[in-house]
Amino acid sequence: MVARTGAEGTDTMSQVASPVLEGPSAITLDKVNKWYGTLHVLRDISMTVAARERVVVCGPSGSGKSTMIRCINRLEIHQEGRIIVDGTELTDDLRSLDTIRREVGMVFQSFNLFPHLTILENCTLAPIWVRKMPKAEAEELAMSYLSRVKIPEQARKYPGQLSGGQQQRVAIARALCMKPKIMLFDEPTSALDPEMIKEVLDTMIELAESGMTMVCVTHEMGFARQVAHRVVFMDRGEIVESGSPKRMFEDPQTDRLKLFLSQILRGH
Amino acid sequence: MGDTAVTVGTIEPVARSRPPPGIVGPWAWARANLFNSWLSTAITLALVYIILRLAVSLVDWAFVHAIWHVPYSDKGVPDTSSCQRAKGIGACWAVIADKYRLILFGRYPYDEQWRPAICVALFIGLYVVSAMRRFWRKELVLIWIGTLTVIGVLMWGGVFGLTPVSEDYWGGLPITLILATFGLAFAFPLAILVALGRRSTSMPAVRMLCVLYVELIRGVPLISVLFMASVMFPLFMPAGVNIDKLLRAQIAFILFAGAYLAEVVRGGLQALPKGQAEAGEALGLTYWQKTGLIILPQALRLVIPPLVNTFIGFFKDTSLVLIIGLFDLLTMGKVALSDPPWLSFATEVYIALAIVYTAFCFAMSKYSRGLERELGRAHRR
Repeated sequence: MVARTGAEGTDTMSQVASPVLEGPSAITLDKVNKWYGTLHVLRDISMTVAARERVVVCGPSGSGKSTMIRCINRLEIHQEGRIIVDGTELTDDLRSLDTIRREVGMVFQSFNLFPHLTILENCTLAPIWVRKMPKAEAEELAMSYLSRVKIPEQARKYPGQLSGGQQQRVAIARALCMKPKIMLFDEPTSALDPEMIKEVLDTMIELAESGMTMVCVTHEMGFARQVAHRVVFMDRGEIVESGSPKRMFEDPQTDRLKLFLSQILRGH
Repeated sequence: MGDTAVTVGTIEPVARSRPPPGIVGPWAWARANLFNSWLSTAITLALVYIILRLAVSLVDWAFVHAIWHVPYSDKGVPDTSSCQRAKGIGACWAVIADKYRLILFGRYPYDEQWRPAICVALFIGLYVVSAMRRFWRKELVLIWIGTLTVIGVLMWGGVFGLTPVSEDYWGGLPITLILATFGLAFAFPLAILVALGRRSTSMPAVRMLCVLYVELIRGVPLISVLFMASVMFPLFMPAGVNIDKLLRAQIAFILFAGAYLAEVVRGGLQALPKGQAEAGEALGLTYWQKTGLIILPQALRLVIPPLVNTFIGFFKDTSLVLIIGLFDLLTMGKVALSDPPWLSFATEVYIALAIVYTAFCFAMSKYSRGLERELGRAHRR
C-alpha cells in the first residue's frame, strides 16, 4: 500500500490523490514493531506524516492504532524500527525525549485533566514548568487558547465542574499552550455523550484549518472526510491500506477495509 | 418546579419551591430520628436516663467530692489521709497537683523546667502554624528547621548562659513530642521516597531495596526494633563511638514509621488513574515535576484518613520507649505513682495522662477531617 512504500515522506505523499503536501516530514515511522510480552501489537509500521498534514487513523478495536499513536511521543516504547519526530529520533536518551514531548501535544480519550488544579492552572502548568514562562505570560497565553476553544469563562473552575465536552476542549487548549508543532488525538470523542461530540469536533476542525500537523485516531468518518488529507486503516497491528478519505471510503481496495466500513456505517 | 417554564437551551437555574414546614430544623430532626415510633421513643428515653445517671456520678466523683489539695508535713511529705478516706467517693486530684511537674518534665532540673515548658509551647505553635494552609509554602521548611533548632538549644543548653542538661535527664511530654515530631517529620518524606521507589519500573534495584525495607521492618514488632536500636546497635559500633540512646530510639522510630507510612502512600499512588501520569509526561514534565505537581498532591489527598490514622497510632506508640529506659510522658506517670504516699491513686494519674494524649490525637483527627473537607470542596466532583 501507499504508506508502506518507504520512509521518504515526499515519495509517499506524491502518491496520495487528495491535497498533496510537500515539505519536510514531521513524523516518520520506519518498520516499527512492538510486542506486549509475546503479543505482536505493531507489525512493520512504516508511515510518514508531512508537516501541516492531517492524518486520520482508523481501524477496529485492538488494531494497534492507539498503541501506534502513543509510540509517537513514547508513552509506549517500540522495540524495533525507528521513529523520527520533528527531526529527532526517539531513543532512550532522555534529552531527546524531552525535546519531542515539548513539540508534540496529546489529547486523550479520557481527557486526563488534573482534577486538583483549576482550568487555568491545568493550562499554565506545563508552560511555566517546562517552558519556564513567567506566570502572567502563561496565564495570558492560556486565556487566549481557552477563548479559542470557547470556554474562557470557565477558567477559575475545576475540571469536575465541567461537562465532558468542555473538559475535552480544555484538554485541547492545555496541549496547545505548549505551542506544539504536532498534535496527537487518541480517540478524543469516544468517551463523550453524543450531544457533546460536535463541540469537540468543531474545535478540532478549527485547529485543522489553522494548519496544525495532526494525527488523529477516531471513528468519526465525517470528520475524516472533512479535514483529513489522508486516512490510514489499521488492522491486527499493521497498516492495511491508506489514501485520501474520498478514495478510501468510496473505493476501498482490501476486504478488511470493506468489512470495517460496512460495520462502521451500519452503526450510524 | 411547575410554576417555571423551562425552555430548551436556557441555562437559567430552575426555581425551586421551599420544602413544607416540619421537614428541616432540629425539631424535625429529633422527631425523625429519636421519636419516630413508640419503641424508638422508649429507647431514647432509657438511654437519656442512663447517660444522665452516669454523668451525674462522674461529675460527683470528679468534681463535687474531689480533693484538690492535701496538707504537707514539715519535711514536704504529703499527708494523703483525706484522699484515702475519699477513695471511691471522690477523685484525688491532689496527686496531679503534687506531681504534674515531674510527669510533664521528668527529671529535668526543677529550676530549669521553664525550658522544656517553652519547648512544648513551641511544638504546639509549630503544629498550629503547619496546620494552616496559608502557611503551606517553602518558608514553612525554614520555620521547622528554626523552631527545632531553638528547641534543641533550649533542651540541651550549654550556650547563651543556659546550664547544659544531658539527655539522660530529659523526660515527660517533651520526650513524647520530640519522638513523635522528629519521627513523623523524617518518616513522612522517607515514606514518600520509598513508596515512589517501590513503584519504579525503570529502576528494579531501587524497587527491590524498597520492598525489602518495607517488608523487613513490617515483619518485626516495634518493640524489637527499639531493643535492637538500644542493645544490639552499640555492639556494631567501633569502640568509643557512643550514639545517644534517645537518638538511637529516634532513628528506630523513623525507620519503623517510614515503612508503615510508605504503604499508606503507595495505596494513594495506586489509586490514581494512569492517565494522570501520562498527561503529565505528554506535556513534557520531568519525573519529579510530574510527581510533585500532579501525582503526589492527588495521591496524598486520597490517603489523608489512613495517614492521620497512622500518625495517631505512632504518636501513642512513642510510649513504647519505656522498655529501653527513656522517660516519656506515660513512663513519668508510672514513676510519679511509685512515690509511696500516692501509690494507690493510679486512676487519677492515668485519667490525666489520657486527657493529654486524647487532646493531641483528637486535634489530629479533627484537623484531618477539616482538611479533607476543604480539599474535597475544591474538587467538587
